[in-house]
Amino acid sequence: MRVVLAEDHFLLRDGLIRLLGAFGHEVVAAVDNGPDLLAALTTHRPDVAVVDVRLPPTFADEGLRAALAARRDLPALPVLLLSQYVEPLYARELLADGAGAVGYVLKDRVSNGAEFMSTIRCVADGGTVMDPEVVTKLLSSKDRDQGVGSLTPREREVLAALAEGRSNAGIAEALFITEKAVAKHIGNIFPKLGLHACDSDNRRVLAVLAYLER
Amino acid sequence: MGGIAVVETTGGGVFADGMRGLGRSLRLWGLGIRATVMSLLVSLVLFSLPGVGLLLVPAVVGGVRRVANRQRELAGAWSGRPIPVPYAPKPADEGFLSRCRWIAHDTQTWRDWLWVTLDPIVGVALAFLPIGLILSGFWGMGLAFFGPELSAEWDGLWFDFIPVEGPTTAMLAGVLGLLHLPLALWLAPRTVRAHGAWTRRLLAPSETARMADRIEHLSVTRSDAVDTQMAEIRRIERDLHDGAQARLVAMGMTLDAAEHLLDSNPEAVRSLLIEARKSSSKALEELRDLVRGIHPPVLADRGLADAVRALAMVSPLTAEVTVDLPGRPELPVESAVYFAVSEILANAAKHSGGDRVWLDLRYDHGMLRVGITDDGRGGADISRGTGLRGIERRLATFDGVLAVSSPLNGPTMVTMEIPCVLSSPKTTSC
Repeated sequence: MRVVLAEDHFLLRDGLIRLLGAFGHEVVAAVDNGPDLLAALTTHRPDVAVVDVRLPPTFADEGLRAALAARRDLPALPVLLLSQYVEPLYARELLADGAGAVGYVLKDRVSNGAEFMSTIRCVADGGTVMDPEVVTKLLSSKDRDQGVGSLTPREREVLAALAEGRSNAGIAEALFITEKAVAKHIGNIFPKLGLHACDSDNRRVLAVLAYLER
Repeated sequence: MGGIAVVETTGGGVFADGMRGLGRSLRLWGLGIRATVMSLLVSLVLFSLPGVGLLLVPAVVGGVRRVANRQRELAGAWSGRPIPVPYAPKPADEGFLSRCRWIAHDTQTWRDWLWVTLDPIVGVALAFLPIGLILSGFWGMGLAFFGPELSAEWDGLWFDFIPVEGPTTAMLAGVLGLLHLPLALWLAPRTVRAHGAWTRRLLAPSETARMADRIEHLSVTRSDAVDTQMAEIRRIERDLHDGAQARLVAMGMTLDAAEHLLDSNPEAVRSLLIEARKSSSKALEELRDLVRGIHPPVLADRGLADAVRALAMVSPLTAEVTVDLPGRPELPVESAVYFAVSEILANAAKHSGGDRVWLDLRYDHGMLRVGITDDGRGGADISRGTGLRGIERRLATFDGVLAVSSPLNGPTMVTMEIPCVLSSPKTTSC
């Protein structure tokens, strides 16, 4: 895959280039600030962009803004945002266009190379990946909610995995249960939350996140 | 005399104004008489000071203050500009000597004394002027009927500038007396205003007293701010020491052990490395939480409005946010307000028992106003919760205030007001 990388810390940028190279991906541009990122995205049109949220010159959410701006011109351009913190408000903004092909994860996740690569792959394929922490935050705020409150602990785990963007197979693997059991749990969860079950993984994630943010 | 509940404004016609003015003059005159009595008492105490008078000082000063306070209340209500009560707060010690010291050290005591001495002349005269005009007006009108006889009996009689000698001059005196009435009506509101100015001059806190108050307030809030900051630094230090720092030390040891086992037991090394990675992510997690507690990234990135929206998003209550801010407040104000809102929201979720909360942020006339209302059971009390007290203290550093209205059965409404300036909205790159 052709990747555009935006990261202002030299060590991390270097590490990511090597990591991506090791898994056979080509970094077509590596930039360290917001304006350069926007330019790189529109000229290279990469298969996926890996972007740090906080970038110069403002050291605020420059990366997020550049990614959103690029996606306005190039809809559904796959973007994976990395950050030292995850903020549900930013997740909402990323998901707002409903086009999918976005990811928003903690920088920590980079330390597990294989999983990080599968995250990148999922985003490039048009999927939606949210960091478990976003999901945890939203879930914990819904403790008193009738829908979420009525879920069993196992169903909550499945819901969290679902919101992170995992497929049925992925959920089965993470929770050490069979795919059939996953399908059964999902069949229980959706009616409890008053959501319509849908086939595409991506739309499923969006429905769950929209519910959690309500 | 009854209390003044609301600010009375002038309205109605000239006649209504005049009548109201006359009513007020009467009340002021009554108060003037009270002041005169107090003035006599003060003189009595002063002249017998070495003897029994000294013992009466607190009682007499108390009496003077009561009359003066009533005077302030009226002048404040009638002018629409309240006159603050300038006395220093009562000492906790109820002993005679400490009360005397409290009285003597208050500069307003001496201004009160000057006032109570002069008011029987200045205040009473001002208050009596319109009343006197009316009375003399009636006298003049009476003269129209029995003037000539009275004049003959008293060997000549004057009314204002008219010598009453026969029926014609008596008639003139009557007309002039009648003219006194509208003059009194015209004059009354003016003398009441003049009386108010006189009261304000001596009974409003002096510039020095206001300065002293301000300095007192500033030193209290400054020491609060320093204490709060120190406590914060201590907390951060402790969190780092017990958290991330300890984890990094453990990680170093784990890696060291792994290094030693590298040749002999590769399987053990593998589990040690997994442990080290877990330690590192745990340390990162703790650092993240710590930074959130110091200065949340969303506040730094986006400012108060979005930071409050982000708080609302993760609140267990269904929150509705309305924001009307044309720019960003200074960073310290933003941060103080953010943490205050965060704490109040957490309180609402924990204690109110409600399901919904409304947040309202707006800015007008140099004031940032934040309103937080929930539909819970109410009964929150600022004097009981240490949390609300703490917020109040932290806002006081910015001359901000906190008000809580929380009747039983709700709703609870917390309002904050902080004077500040807004910077113009930052232009962004996209």
